[in-house]
Amino acid sequence: MSVPKTSIAATRRLPRGKRPVPVIFERGAKGRIGYSLPPSDVPDVPLDAILPEAYRRREPAGLPEVSELDVVRHYTALSHRNFSIDEGFYPLGSCTMKYNPKINEDAARQTGFARLHPYTPEELAQGALQLLWELEHDMAEITGMDRVTFQPAAGAHGELCALLMISKYFEEKGEPRTTVVVPDSAHGTNPASAAMCGYKVVEVKSDRRGNIDLEALKAVLTSDVAALMFTNPNTLGLFEEQILDVARAVHNVGAQLYLDGANFNAILGITRPGDQGFDVMHLNLHKTFTTPHGGGGPGAGAVGVRAHLVPYLPVPTVERDGPRFTLDYDRPKTIGKMRAFYGNFGNLVRAYAYIRTMGADGLREAAEMAVLNANYLLSRLRGAFDLPYDRVCKHEFVLSGRRQRDQHHVTTKDMAKRLLDYGFHAPTIYFPLIVEEAIMIEPTETESLKTLDEFADAMLAIAREAETDPNIVRTAPHETPVTRLDEVTAARKPNLRWRPES
Amino acid sequence: MKYVPATPAERERMLREAGVRTVEDLFRDIPEEVRLTKPLGLPPAVPDPDLLTHMRRLAERNIDCDHLACFLGAGAYDHFVPSTVPHLALKPEFLTAYTPYQAELMQGELQATYEYQSMICELTGMDVANASMYDGASATGEAASMAADLTKRSEVLVSSALHPEYRQVLQTYTSHLRITVRELPARDGITTADAARTAITEETAALIVQSPNFFGCIEDGNALAEAAHAKGALLVVAIAEPLSLGLLRPPGAYGADIVTGEGQPLGNALNYGGPYLGIIATKETFVRRIPGRLVGKTADTEGRPGYVLTLQTREQHIRRAKATSNICTNESLNAVIAAVYLSTLGKQGVAHVAELCARKAHYARQRIAALPGFQLAFAAPTFNEFVVRCPVPPAEINRRLLEHGILGGLALERFYPELADAWLVCVTERRTKEEIDRLVGHLEALQ
Repeated sequence: MSVPKTSIAATRRLPRGKRPVPVIFERGAKGRIGYSLPPSDVPDVPLDAILPEAYRRREPAGLPEVSELDVVRHYTALSHRNFSIDEGFYPLGSCTMKYNPKINEDAARQTGFARLHPYTPEELAQGALQLLWELEHDMAEITGMDRVTFQPAAGAHGELCALLMISKYFEEKGEPRTTVVVPDSAHGTNPASAAMCGYKVVEVKSDRRGNIDLEALKAVLTSDVAALMFTNPNTLGLFEEQILDVARAVHNVGAQLYLDGANFNAILGITRPGDQGFDVMHLNLHKTFTTPHGGGGPGAGAVGVRAHLVPYLPVPTVERDGPRFTLDYDRPKTIGKMRAFYGNFGNLVRAYAYIRTMGADGLREAAEMAVLNANYLLSRLRGAFDLPYDRVCKHEFVLSGRRQRDQHHVTTKDMAKRLLDYGFHAPTIYFPLIVEEAIMIEPTETESLKTLDEFADAMLAIAREAETDPNIVRTAPHETPVTRLDEVTAARKPNLRWRPES
Repeated sequence: MKYVPATPAERERMLREAGVRTVEDLFRDIPEEVRLTKPLGLPPAVPDPDLLTHMRRLAERNIDCDHLACFLGAGAYDHFVPSTVPHLALKPEFLTAYTPYQAELMQGELQATYEYQSMICELTGMDVANASMYDGASATGEAASMAADLTKRSEVLVSSALHPEYRQVLQTYTSHLRITVRELPARDGITTADAARTAITEETAALIVQSPNFFGCIEDGNALAEAAHAKGALLVVAIAEPLSLGLLRPPGAYGADIVTGEGQPLGNALNYGGPYLGIIATKETFVRRIPGRLVGKTADTEGRPGYVLTLQTREQHIRRAKATSNICTNESLNAVIAAVYLSTLGKQGVAHVAELCARKAHYARQRIAALPGFQLAFAAPTFNEFVVRCPVPPAEINRRLLEHGILGGLALERFYPELADAWLVCVTERRTKEEIDRLVGHLEALQ
């Protein structure tokens, strides 16, 4: 037997997670299987009689040929090369990586939800429809909106949904408007959604306190403006103190005020967008309402609207008729559908279970502690890093790595990578775009003081390393399964799939 | 509150460190007139045991496919899911991770996605697939604007045999992009190349068809591709049932330019319609116009293989208003589910499950068509769904079948008023001969 060239002993010494994992196509062997299906129990007919050869594929798809245990070992090994909220602190600003309760998983995975076909007759899906109806009412109460749709699959999908409703609203009024205004601190999805809706995007700068510049805003507000897309608390983690003036200014030109609710965790049960003057908003249920983010999705977007936009909601809506819940497709002014069926229902079950667990007081407590945790961390870190906007923050705050860059040639990216060596996920970096070398930290309410202190200690240690041993920061990470990856070559010569010969 | 760990003493310490006296001091930047003065009007908090009971009661008010013999498809399919899928894809390491922004820490997610992209390419015969879209319908909507951009043309021609909800979503997605959606009526259940040739103009960016289409009929991909390409239009093929590709010619083999699809049948639960998995795949030359995330293989500073998010200058966080799409959060976990499913079934299993579907559906189709008063609506070959015309209104048939624990097919009248007597029946590998015979027996007894 030939021995592979790489030393087996050397591979074995690598700890869990450090071992490279060959692609699954290279595991297994020709002819190996890992599945079990019954033989056909219907009368045997030549395949040609069912499906002429011209319609059939000539070669089977080149999928892996592996045993069940191969599959188990492969994905288990991959899971060891991942970082998750279940493993550790994940202070990604604007992403609200809070704990995802296990009981919500149990609730959502019940067969009565998980094995329910979307076209099941309404009378056999009353539990699902009741849940949707109740969740809509809870969300309307939480946001101060009149109705809520759960059809969007994610936040950006919700933005698009909302803008389409706004657009239709103005169309019906006979006032076609061309422009959407966003602050310079906005999420990238805001201008991208506006463009998908055919709007021209105008950016407004922020002022020295980190609020939108009210005068600059007023200067661009004309009768051509359909909406201001506004994040509050904004992406600096600051509450827009002049929100009521902003709302007045927007409404003065007949435009709509849209809330990007990505940062809703800070104001749950504290203040309601509907009361602040917002006409329409989205919530990311995978942020504020604990549905797991799944390595990038699925999320769930909820879009709430005030009464004047209700006719434009996507179909179907869920209605109650006495004890019975129904789907209503007969909505002549609807924008149509954002996706097939009703939304990311599985995540809606999780969000519903979370709201039931917390109740009104629990939700408010979550927001309070999210904000207290952020302010605590901020006060522990403010001496070691630049703080461009020095105010009480909400659920997150934005530091700048300018000092480390200018004095020690250590960038924010370097420090973020070094944090990985300390066992933490990095904060969001280089966003918002208006802060140089931005470091955006969101601890969430589900982290303990001990975790916050450990993280603060790590950040302070890295700030010291930047002074005393900058190279170790510049070349970080050192402890991760791989070191820094060559992104330039990845983009220049894209290798986006495995091929048999590669 | 069990999800908020700070003790009262800790809170005091933290408030002192933050330089404020009370929690209220942290919210003084919110105008007083909009600060809530009373708790939200929500149902009271429920302890875990009661919550589980409540959730169980809600779930039990639904009759799911474990309790019915399901002959309903129409864009969501009841397939067997191997135990590897929940045990591996839903491991907390995948479930509770965020988007892999820090690649060095997220090689597992990134590699699983790279492998998923590869498997979708193998299945569809295309060069590149992205990391996922929301669902089949929205992926098809995105494909329309991708095609319009690539061809600099302003109209898409859509077969009436594309899933009606996909068509609705396509309309919503294109309504503000100056893209006109024109419908191409199917004839005898299929989209004919003749009709396509006549309808495609110099302004047509893409011909969009589904195969097997909404009626279950398999389209003539070669002829449709030729018809589209002859006038410089792209062919977009939507695959609502990707397991059909275990048996059918992949769109890449007949010249499709963009393939969209619904990945739910690849191991994802029915979930009352979501989360599902949007598939989009295309040719190498179009890769810089594809929406959403892409994972690429590269190397680290030591030369070890590794994976990163790549070609990100297409995306909203860099390109903002000029991005190829606004998509950010996608359906990564559902893509990992699909990857585990496709790995477990593997090369032989995917062909096997597809063949079982085709054989069982064929048997059901022959048996139902032989019943007095029933007849096949269309002659074209089908995979695991077919349309029959019925002597009794299909809605009525479905009501009667439910009394016998059978979830009948879709009454097509809802989407096609002219097909009031048509019933779309789906038979997957899960249906046994005994269940099919039982269905046929009840149909026979109807009249």
